[in-house]
Amino acid sequence: MLKYLIKRILWMIPMLIGISLISFLIMQLAPGDITSNEAAFNPKASEESRQKLRELYNLDKPVIVQYGLWLKRISQLDFGNSFASHQRPVLWQTEDKNGNITKGLIQEALPITLLINLLGIFIIFSISIVLGTLASVRQNTWVDRSVTLFVFVGFAIPGFWLALLLMYWTGVVNQWLPISGLHSPGYLNLSEFDQTLDLLKHLILPVLISCLSGLAGISLYVRNGMLEVLNQDFITTARAKGINEKKVVFVHALKNAILPLITIVGLSIPGLIGGSVIAESIFAIPGMGKLFYDAVLMRDFPVIMGILTIGSFLTLIGNLLADLGYAWADPRVRKGLVK
Amino acid sequence: MLNKFLSTASLISVFLLISCSNDSYEAIHYKDNYLVEDGGEIVNAMIGEPSNLVAMIAGDSASSAIAANIFNTLLKYDENLNLAPELAEQWFISEDQKTITFKLKNDILWADGKPLTSQDILFTWKLVTDPNTRTPYASDYLLVKEASAPDARTFIVTYEQTYAPALDTWASLQILPQHVLKDEDINNTFFSRKPTGSGYYQLDQWINGQQLTLKRNRNSTQGQANIDKLTSRIIPDTSSQFLELIADNIDFMNINPIQYQRVFPSREDLKQRIGLYKELGNGYTYLGFNLKKAPFDDIRVRQAMNYAIDKNEIIKGVLLGLGEPIASPYKPGTRWNNSKLSPYPYNPTKALALLQEAGYEKNADGILVKDGKPFEFEILTNQNKQREMTAVLVQRRLKEIGIDVKIRVIEWASFINRFIKTGEFKAVVLGWSLSLDPDQYNIWHSSQQGPGQFNFVGYENPRVDELLEVGRRELDTSKREKIYHEFSKLMLEDSPIVYLYAGYGLSAINKRVQGIKKPAPPAGIYQNSFEWYIPKALRRNEIAAQ
Amino acid sequence: MRVFFRNPLALSGLIIIIAILILALFAPLIAPYDPNFIDIDSILTAPSTKHIMGTDGLGRDVFSRMLFGAQISLLVGFVAVGIATLIGIILGSIAGFYRGWVDSLIMRLVDIMLSIPTFFLILAVIAFLTPSIWNIMIVIGLTSWMGVTRLVRAEFFSLRQREFVLAAETMGASDFKIIFSHLLPNSLTPVIVSSVLGIASAVLVESGLSFLGLGVQAPTASWGNILTDGKEYIQFAWWLSLFPGLAILLTVLGYNLLGEGLRDILDPKNKNN
Repeated sequence: MLKYLIKRILWMIPMLIGISLISFLIMQLAPGDITSNEAAFNPKASEESRQKLRELYNLDKPVIVQYGLWLKRISQLDFGNSFASHQRPVLWQTEDKNGNITKGLIQEALPITLLINLLGIFIIFSISIVLGTLASVRQNTWVDRSVTLFVFVGFAIPGFWLALLLMYWTGVVNQWLPISGLHSPGYLNLSEFDQTLDLLKHLILPVLISCLSGLAGISLYVRNGMLEVLNQDFITTARAKGINEKKVVFVHALKNAILPLITIVGLSIPGLIGGSVIAESIFAIPGMGKLFYDAVLMRDFPVIMGILTIGSFLTLIGNLLADLGYAWADPRVRKGLVK
Repeated sequence: MLNKFLSTASLISVFLLISCSNDSYEAIHYKDNYLVEDGGEIVNAMIGEPSNLVAMIAGDSASSAIAANIFNTLLKYDENLNLAPELAEQWFISEDQKTITFKLKNDILWADGKPLTSQDILFTWKLVTDPNTRTPYASDYLLVKEASAPDARTFIVTYEQTYAPALDTWASLQILPQHVLKDEDINNTFFSRKPTGSGYYQLDQWINGQQLTLKRNRNSTQGQANIDKLTSRIIPDTSSQFLELIADNIDFMNINPIQYQRVFPSREDLKQRIGLYKELGNGYTYLGFNLKKAPFDDIRVRQAMNYAIDKNEIIKGVLLGLGEPIASPYKPGTRWNNSKLSPYPYNPTKALALLQEAGYEKNADGILVKDGKPFEFEILTNQNKQREMTAVLVQRRLKEIGIDVKIRVIEWASFINRFIKTGEFKAVVLGWSLSLDPDQYNIWHSSQQGPGQFNFVGYENPRVDELLEVGRRELDTSKREKIYHEFSKLMLEDSPIVYLYAGYGLSAINKRVQGIKKPAPPAGIYQNSFEWYIPKALRRNEIAAQ
Repeated sequence: MRVFFRNPLALSGLIIIIAILILALFAPLIAPYDPNFIDIDSILTAPSTKHIMGTDGLGRDVFSRMLFGAQISLLVGFVAVGIATLIGIILGSIAGFYRGWVDSLIMRLVDIMLSIPTFFLILAVIAFLTPSIWNIMIVIGLTSWMGVTRLVRAEFFSLRQREFVLAAETMGASDFKIIFSHLLPNSLTPVIVSSVLGIASAVLVESGLSFLGLGVQAPTASWGNILTDGKEYIQFAWWLSLFPGLAILLTVLGYNLLGEGLRDILDPKNKNN
């Protein structure tokens, strides 16, 4: 097992290089560079000055040279600065000679996305375990069917449509919740407690929307897992021994049915750092999805590569954990691995 | 099945509930006149975040919008679009018309209290023309042969040759403070996030990705604005912006024709609280042809297109009437616009006749054919709803006379690099937004056809070249007027592009904001935004400081 | 078929899908107007007897556009998932059967694909190919085969330990025969279920792409681009977002109910219930 683990970890290095190379090449194939944004199509902006910009960013060098330069910097954990005119650092803050601190792009966007997604995953898992268990013990009754229908409606409804409807209902018609953004204007004058409350109020709708689509998968996973476990011998034995049915369900069966969820947690890690472009645009949340999408439209290579590299690193770790969890949870696969 | 039906039914009812319910906002009775009162805060929404508050480096519209409140230029355009003093009090043009002398206002200061002198102007000019400065706007200022600042209030530039748009260029270069920037790298300086300017406002707070607040600059060189704080919230989605507007969380935003013509008129409650404004922008939308390729290298085919397209229908359908047909590349109502010209009328019969003259015949299926090949082409446009709808209407009319048109919508960077720069297109729907000077040398002169240059349609007309060359050397306004009127006439005949429309800029502004000129002056409603005010009685309840 | 009637959710899913298929197939017969017929004198009119779902921003009949849009939305779903399933089965079988370095290689490819964000790939491809409906289907297909691959591989792994496969191996059956007559047929249940569910996701992806302006091109109607047009006027021209919104909701729901029902019906573990 240890040998397997080391092998997998060593595998990650060539894979990271592979991912970054593929990403780099795809981005290079997409026509255009930072000098071709909307502003550059201004009759006052001349082609010579754009050429000058290209030279400053090494965009006139062959692709492979550009990749080499990038790889060299990255090996020193230097993710560089954005090509956009603000030239903010991609990853982490820098300080200039006067002590002014410029925050990194990922540094600012990642915590917001993480917060929303962690809240989302926590809620999804909590509700799903309840709903899934409920549906399994009442299999094929109206309870089971209502649960299934509910989670599927949540999955099927186009998110941005529901988001706009809810924003209108809770924000315009009733003014219960803020419509967009992360803070109320003037929130800096509030006490720390009220600031947190203000932030949470702003997060209700985005988290709700991000939860709805995830509910279906997990709750049905729990339901089907429970059904499988409930039909197994040891449960039958437990029942035959006359153990209280509630105890059978909630202690013996649920424990076994939830174990495979570890796999899902591992697989959700990449989802944790990648925000949703659509939700972030609608709710005006400056998260990872919007950062990435804007960078792609701008052809802002350092930002794109930075997000992809960090993203794929976390993803590979997530996959590794998922595989290990799977092997640990399923004896059949474990045998297969050892062989 | 019953469950399903019930859930669908309940969803629909929630929906109807939402769409029918009226907002519960207190009705305010607005007076006709309010006293001008100092202070208050105005909130607006922007689609994107400013990148860099040094406008010569930034180049995006969000940055320019914010920077314009912080910095000054030497000259400005007044509400009637005439050049007027800003930092400069007076300016003189030499006898040979090659030298301009600017006299700065007396005792003007930067926001930090340091004096603003001609050294700052000279410094800014040196900065914009420095080859190491990453600015796309250097070319106009490189035409200056010599610049000097003989005393603290005088700034002199001398051009190699007379250059008519010169004054216009000094109305767009924002002056930067030498004392703050002299040891900084302008390409990458914290100044771009924490600027010191001389305009009505200065930066108060910038929360990345969320909002930007400006407060009044007590040392403003132009006197004091009425409103104390300007907050710009960054809301990328326009539907969300609109919800924020009607929920009274933002005070103004740009709206689209449907909101202007349909949504507001149907909602008394909104009309009561929010005022609507329209102004003609300085730009237009067109169908451009690749003049280097068949079939659009034939003037008869281009004129036929012009007759076959119903521009009034496009204005009615896409802009709901909120646009003007144009016949020259200038803003209607300005002196540069040749009012004797009128757009090609919609006349499909004439279009067909011209096409037949050019060798096209209708086949059995009603398709136009020349040399056995059907007349078909593709219109390219970028991701812009109005342009896309325009293309659909053009497609419909051309189909009626037997031309098969396809539409392709392409993301901007690819559009420019794969199609415009390489000339790999037959027709495009795009728009030009123009500066106020009539010079359009960069767009129409035959020398400007290289990759990345702006005459990408490949227009060549020796007489037009001549007019454009003379036009940018001529400083006499009435002579220039004649030149550009002739230029417009030739352009209309040659039809290198079909002018589709000049659209109105539409704004919705909460009625708490007073002092907005209606109807909009030629320079637009935002020209006097420093005079806007919010009467105390109408101010939004601010969260009390604790 | 009888099992369907014992499972009302699966049955309603099936009915929804069949109904939408019929509407899509017979769209030219049912649609009262040409979906691209423009009438700028009746822009954004509310539902009436003349236009039962109202008209859109160019005065086109929304009901007719919805019907033709159904064709597009269903086509996107079927073709995209078809591509994904085919790739998934082939790679999953190879990995699950041969294991060793082949398996490692394929699973690393899966890992790489899973770690590059889908919309990044979609954007890049849309950027250098024509953004057409076919390219959208291909891109969705090429970015969603990893799940099927993992499923097939996992099934193969566990099936190979079963007696009937071991027996076939000792009797000297060819690899090809073992894969096709023993392993694949017994692994298909989860694949069918995941394909049906995949169609549902593809319909949602198309509407998301339309939101970003990268969906099916004008003037062709798809549910995604009708809904996106309607989002600006959600309180005013409610018909422009309600009908496509509900259509997407019902279709995706239908596929999900059907997929989940199939899982229950086909899963041998549920037979003794």
